[in-house]
Amino acid sequence: MIVLLDDHTDASRQALTLARKFGEPRAIAMDAFEPFAPDALASAIVALDPTAVIGPGTERGNEVMARVAARTGLPFAANCTAAEPGSPVTVTRLRWGGSLLEEARLHSARPLITVAPHTVPADTGPPPQPVEVGAADQRDLVVCVSEHVQPSNGGVSLAAAKVIVSGGRGVGSKEGFAIIEELAGLLGAAVGCSRAVTSAGWRPHSDQVGQTGTKVSPEVYIACGISGATQHMAGLKGAKRIVAINSDPQAPLMLNADYTVTGDLKEIVPAISAEIRKRR
Amino acid sequence: MRVAVCVKRVPITGGRILLTEDARAINTQHLGFTMSPHEECGVEEAVRLVEANKGDSVVLTLGPPEAVEQLRDAMALGIDRAVHLQTDGSEWDAEATAAALLEAIRADEAANGPFDMVFFGNESADSGGFQVGIRVAYALGRPCVTGLKKVTVEGVSVRCEQEVEGGRDVYVLPLPAVLTVKEGLNLPRYPSVPGRMRARSKPVAVLTPQRAEPRLELVRLAVPAGQGRRAESLGSGAAAAPSIVDVLAKAGLL
Repeated sequence: MIVLLDDHTDASRQALTLARKFGEPRAIAMDAFEPFAPDALASAIVALDPTAVIGPGTERGNEVMARVAARTGLPFAANCTAAEPGSPVTVTRLRWGGSLLEEARLHSARPLITVAPHTVPADTGPPPQPVEVGAADQRDLVVCVSEHVQPSNGGVSLAAAKVIVSGGRGVGSKEGFAIIEELAGLLGAAVGCSRAVTSAGWRPHSDQVGQTGTKVSPEVYIACGISGATQHMAGLKGAKRIVAINSDPQAPLMLNADYTVTGDLKEIVPAISAEIRKRR
Repeated sequence: MRVAVCVKRVPITGGRILLTEDARAINTQHLGFTMSPHEECGVEEAVRLVEANKGDSVVLTLGPPEAVEQLRDAMALGIDRAVHLQTDGSEWDAEATAAALLEAIRADEAANGPFDMVFFGNESADSGGFQVGIRVAYALGRPCVTGLKKVTVEGVSVRCEQEVEGGRDVYVLPLPAVLTVKEGLNLPRYPSVPGRMRARSKPVAVLTPQRAEPRLELVRLAVPAGQGRRAESLGSGAAAAPSIVDVLAKAGLL
């Protein structure tokens, strides 16, 4: 069996844990072709005629596995949290960005599976035997990274931020984010927002936290006027502490937070900024 | 220019997901429906491309009779016509979905010429299989790039920007191509009232594909156990500010 590994990610060591259930893994590296050429990678995997292929449930892992599936005409189960060999293979996989679990049967003698990040313990065993890949066919290099562009904004990146001050529909307007930005500035935090806010055009999509935005893992996430739809919560699974400020004590986010404050964020957020200034 | 976009009808889940009694689906009794967020951006992009270059735009979906609502939504934004692969509402796996869409795309191309671009969402909001677009691309023998945040047509090729950690990777593909997109690609317009009116009279072709036995077969769904958070109230109003700052101080963030 073949395991697809990306050295830079924990997700790969988690994939390896699950891969060992399906036999002695041999490893193929995500960067076996530089620059990244997903069709070349899929071709190389298919050429090995593997009995199973397991990879990380990262964007690239899912992409390459889907290409292997398309080439071989085999079914593919993405973002699994568990898998047991057998006929059929049984898997548990994430749906709705992790808001639901699906138990499924994978009817395939050659299972193709990606492992959802952070759901399986990382493997600590010996590294698997690497597979050497030959030169890629020109046809497999049509889809190939030709350039890398750096992001232009100089602000704190959401994905890497230690503190995030995030606003939802309750902020009320584009201008309403001034108090969120002020608090974020004091804390050296990134500004986040919910999908309702980007849909209204108040903030750019790059600020959006959630299933279709950025998945975040700060020490503290301060959610101001965010109701906490599953779309938003799917992006918060990595947050260590959640502070929710909302006028509705029954809002889903208020029930899923570590700390809550009930009331008008337009009074509370400036009061937090004032308190921080006072203590410094 | 001919552009197709494939969309999926999904429930708007709100704050808490309830399952049906047999736990094989979401209880949608009190829920509204929409198309997956990534696909909304695919629709917007298709409309913009045809506005700028003239031509024909088509939206396709595989879903129950009610999925015609999502097709009308797409046409209200400016898509010219729709193809509805009608199901009885049962779950189709990604392989079967891709096979049915492929057949519909091929039939449309046989009648009207090849699509320059076929858009998909990077993954559906509900099942999140990450594969339907890629399967269709391979079957059509066309290049495919996934997870796009920017698409620029440059003559006979298309420049695609894919979001990756620490920036964006750029791919340049020859047309025709299959592109899977993500929310943030653009800001979809709101449908205008005249747009909604026009959408009512735009053509919807209905096909009834046969469902193959799923090889990724859903057995049951479950709501995962909570993350163990137990909310501690810090009080209400501005008077709670010092307690919040205490939390930040304890985390070493002041």
